Amino acid sequence: MKLAVCISHVPDTATKITIGADGKSIDTTGVNYIIGPYDEYAIEAALRLKEKMTGEVVVISLGGDAHKESLRKALAMGADKAVLLKDASPRDSFSVARAVADYLKEFSPDITFFGKQAVDYDNSAVGLMVAEMLGLPSAAVVVKFEVKDGSLLAEREIEGGHEVVEVKLPAVLTMQKGEYEPRYPSLKGIMAAKSKPIEERQPSASSPKVEILSMLKPPPKPAGKIVGTDASAVPELVRLLHEEAKVI
Amino acid sequence: MSKFQGVDYYNIDDHFSEEELLIRTTVREFVEDNVLPIIEKHYEAGTFPSDLIPKMAELGLFGPTLPQRYGCAEVNNVAYGLMMQELERGDSGVRSFASVQSGLVMYPIYTFGSEEQKDYWLPKLASGEKIGCFGLTEPDYGSNPGGMITRAEKRGGAFVLNGAKMWITNGSIADVAVVWAKLDGEIRGFLVEKGTKGFEAPEMRGKHSLRASVTSELVFQDCEIPESNLLPKSGGLKSPLMCLTQARYGIAWGALGSAMACYDTALRYSQSRIQFGKPIASFQMIQEKLVHMLTEITKAQLMCLQLGRLKDQGKAKFTQVSMAKRNNVYHALEIARMAREILGANGILNEYPIMRHSANLESVKTYEGTHEMHTLIIGEDITGIGAFA
Ligand SMILES: Cc1cc2nc3c(=O)[nH]c(=O)nc-3n(C[C@H](O)[C@H](O)[C@H](O)COP(=O)(O)OP(=O)(O)OC[C@H]3O[C@@H](n4cnc5c(N)ncnc54)[C@H](O)[C@@H]3O)c2cc1C
Repeated sequence: MKLAVCISHVPDTATKITIGADGKSIDTTGVNYIIGPYDEYAIEAALRLKEKMTGEVVVISLGGDAHKESLRKALAMGADKAVLLKDASPRDSFSVARAVADYLKEFSPDITFFGKQAVDYDNSAVGLMVAEMLGLPSAAVVVKFEVKDGSLLAEREIEGGHEVVEVKLPAVLTMQKGEYEPRYPSLKGIMAAKSKPIEERQPSASSPKVEILSMLKPPPKPAGKIVGTDASAVPELVRLLHEEAKVI
Repeated sequence: MSKFQGVDYYNIDDHFSEEELLIRTTVREFVEDNVLPIIEKHYEAGTFPSDLIPKMAELGLFGPTLPQRYGCAEVNNVAYGLMMQELERGDSGVRSFASVQSGLVMYPIYTFGSEEQKDYWLPKLASGEKIGCFGLTEPDYGSNPGGMITRAEKRGGAFVLNGAKMWITNGSIADVAVVWAKLDGEIRGFLVEKGTKGFEAPEMRGKHSLRASVTSELVFQDCEIPESNLLPKSGGLKSPLMCLTQARYGIAWGALGSAMACYDTALRYSQSRIQFGKPIASFQMIQEKLVHMLTEITKAQLMCLQLGRLKDQGKAKFTQVSMAKRNNVYHALEIARMAREILGANGILNEYPIMRHSANLESVKTYEGTHEMHTLIIGEDITGIGAFA
């Protein structure tokens, strides 16, 4: 099976974000980048499928040279090959999806995996846009799946429960935390990754559909209120939580 | 609390390769997920977290610098050092387990063993299927192992061992012991398997340090082992000392891990603990402590990096390894104690890792050559005069 995993290279979730001087992007100094956490489930899902059915796992990322760090980690986890669609300029979801779709058209994998969302812009858009652009069936927010002849059964998370859907292959899946807890790259895997190829490609260009006008920090939290410091304050606290904060 | 982000005041990360950094991150995450949540419980109970053994093996943490043909990763010494640093940020006992398995068991089998011994033992030790220990120290011979009493005698097609070892890490859980004994007056290495008649390995109790690690006696009473269990290329005190150089190298990095854990904890605590209406980090005496800690960590990092590069070029002298072990453990212990002071009463609680590191480092300062012995080793090197006796 040909399996593609599209990964993002995003600020570590523990990063304290500050807005850059232009007011439209983040200040990247000192920011540590990682593979998007949901993309790691996608990598793990693809690797387990490959180990069960044999095949090839190719990881793909669109971005600058810095993305090689994440691609290298995916290779160390066990992916066979990496492709960097090399373009460091900012792109919106649409133009990322367009370039990825153009590349995938040529590569034509049986299953293409994405994380359910990238944790930088949180758009949850690229995976499903790619499916649409390629005219492929898709299942989003998948926690578990099983491949059958020519199709797959995917268990998806929906509000308050799960739903099982069947999609014909080739297909696109966007992955959610569930069955596929990502493995650590082993020391052997890390050493082996050194000799695995990272192919660089020029991604197709397209004009963006969305322009970022400004970025704002959430408004500062108002100061807390001390209702009292002993047990006599409890009834008042309960009343406030119930009537003002409306959380109980 | 946000995750540990490493300590790198001098942009030393610029000098590590992509693989070295990925190995560090991987072991850091492994420790974060698998060691930190369970270690206090084991420390209190005085047990080694043996669940970690297969997981560490899967990551490739045993004998990682040895050749791939034995199932090892064949990483360089700098990567090995970074891995030890991260393990000891978890706990010195966990790092000790990896040090013994790699530097004191796999290394001597690889260096002094026959092809058959290497082919049989190394893959099993790398995969964690077998555990090893290293028996050099005796009740009456610690800093002066050359005086050891344990003897091997050739009887027919076998060797017979008599004597006792003490303070042996992993002793009671080991499948194989690398035992140093005198054969016709010369120190040689022998492999003794668990369950061999005349061999017992009772666990030592009552430690206030390195509690999440097994420490044992090894007792040999007319213990007969096959002739093929001699490590053929071992000979003289130099052989066990070569093993110690490997393990000491790992300790030099490991101590950095403990120091980083203590510094990081103290820095965060000082920024949030309020006294006299201000965070204690705003007092000059607290800042002085933090600056001292960070400066010593930075110096130790630079020392380790250069030592590792020298070792990778085959140029590191054992006296240079002594200097890094001596310095880094000394300052790690000092940093642990300062961190304890910064946390005040909280510093003694097991809610924070400091007291555990501090107690552990007392062992680390003594084993693999005490602070004083390393002073004498370097002293002899620079003056040409041995001052051991
Ligand atoms: C937790 C733990 C685990 C260990 N694991 C192992 C293991 O796996 N395998 C193993 O073989 N050993 C192990 N050891 C033993 C360790 O290596 C010894 O404890 C160490 O070498 C010191 O020996 P000693 O304790 O007998 O101290 P001694 O040699 O009795 O020293 C006592 C004091 O005298 C000082 N001293 C001794 N000689 C001199 C001198 N000439 N000049 C100045 N000062 C001197 C020492 O520096 C020290 O301060 C372990 C020890 C501990 C605590």
